[in-house]
Amino acid sequence: MDAASQLLKQWSDHLQRLCQEGFLDDQFLQLKQLQDEDNPKFVVEVVSLFFDDSEKLLSNMAKALEEKVVDFKQVDAYVHQFKGSSASIGALRLKNGCINFRNYCETQNKEGCLRCLQQLKQECYVLKDNLKALFMLEQQYVAAGGSISKLS
Amino acid sequence: MAISTPSSASSGSSMAALMENGDQLPHVLAVDDSVIDRKLIEKLLKNSSCKVTTAENGPRALEFLGLGDHDRHNSLEKGNVSKVNLIITDYCMPGMTGYDLLKKIKESSVMREVPVVIMSSENVPTRISKCLEEGAQMFMLKPLKQSDIKRLKCHLMNSGN
Repeated sequence: MDAASQLLKQWSDHLQRLCQEGFLDDQFLQLKQLQDEDNPKFVVEVVSLFFDDSEKLLSNMAKALEEKVVDFKQVDAYVHQFKGSSASIGALRLKNGCINFRNYCETQNKEGCLRCLQQLKQECYVLKDNLKALFMLEQQYVAAGGSISKLS
Repeated sequence: MAISTPSSASSGSSMAALMENGDQLPHVLAVDDSVIDRKLIEKLLKNSSCKVTTAENGPRALEFLGLGDHDRHNSLEKGNVSKVNLIITDYCMPGMTGYDLLKKIKESSVMREVPVVIMSSENVPTRISKCLEEGAQMFMLKPLKQSDIKRLKCHLMNSGN
């Protein structure tokens, strides 16, 4: 197996694992299908936007939960946004992590909210690392002469 | 293509413009407060051969349509009224919701014939019927996929509206 084929296999295995372990769902695959010659970096761009946006949202959630009198409606609004973006890129674990979070917002349970926030932050790091690895494999594969069409 | 309701001859032309393009691609205005969703819907629509303008909230959308506050004084100036063939908007937006936006569009004599589609990440039956009652063409569940846009085009083509 030449270098490109090996890298393709690594990439494919990595993606498969991410899907099987529930990090990513079908929506991520939908995003990949949208990528084409006109927009060869579409997925990377959307994912970058997502992580930038998430950072802001998570920081907003943290600030809101630090207030003396917590505005749970506001926290819930941030979580709702986060859930939506996560769903849009196929970040399944993140999306699901928001469900409990919203419940705690509804019952105005600050401790529960803080736990969920921590969990979301953790999951974000893990997903970011995993996607970085995936994109790196893609780059290496293309650099080794691999054909982009095989990445669909 | 015979698409018209008794009161709206021009809705036929909006639909026809959407489907029978000739030289012109249908122009869609997509409204969503999420930057990620705006990027996604833009790509989905472009992949379906549409020209796309995005807006991040209701007021900006209205401005683009020539229905903004400052446009009220220039109601005779049709020059700025954009030839938008379809408006697709998120429901949950801070300030002006997609529903509020829908109402404003339907209140406008110039824009009311343009089909409006509402998107939401939440499947709330009362929300859906409220929007359809107010004149929304369709309600779609997020996240949107390519197949949803195909379905949208089919629906607009076949609907007797």
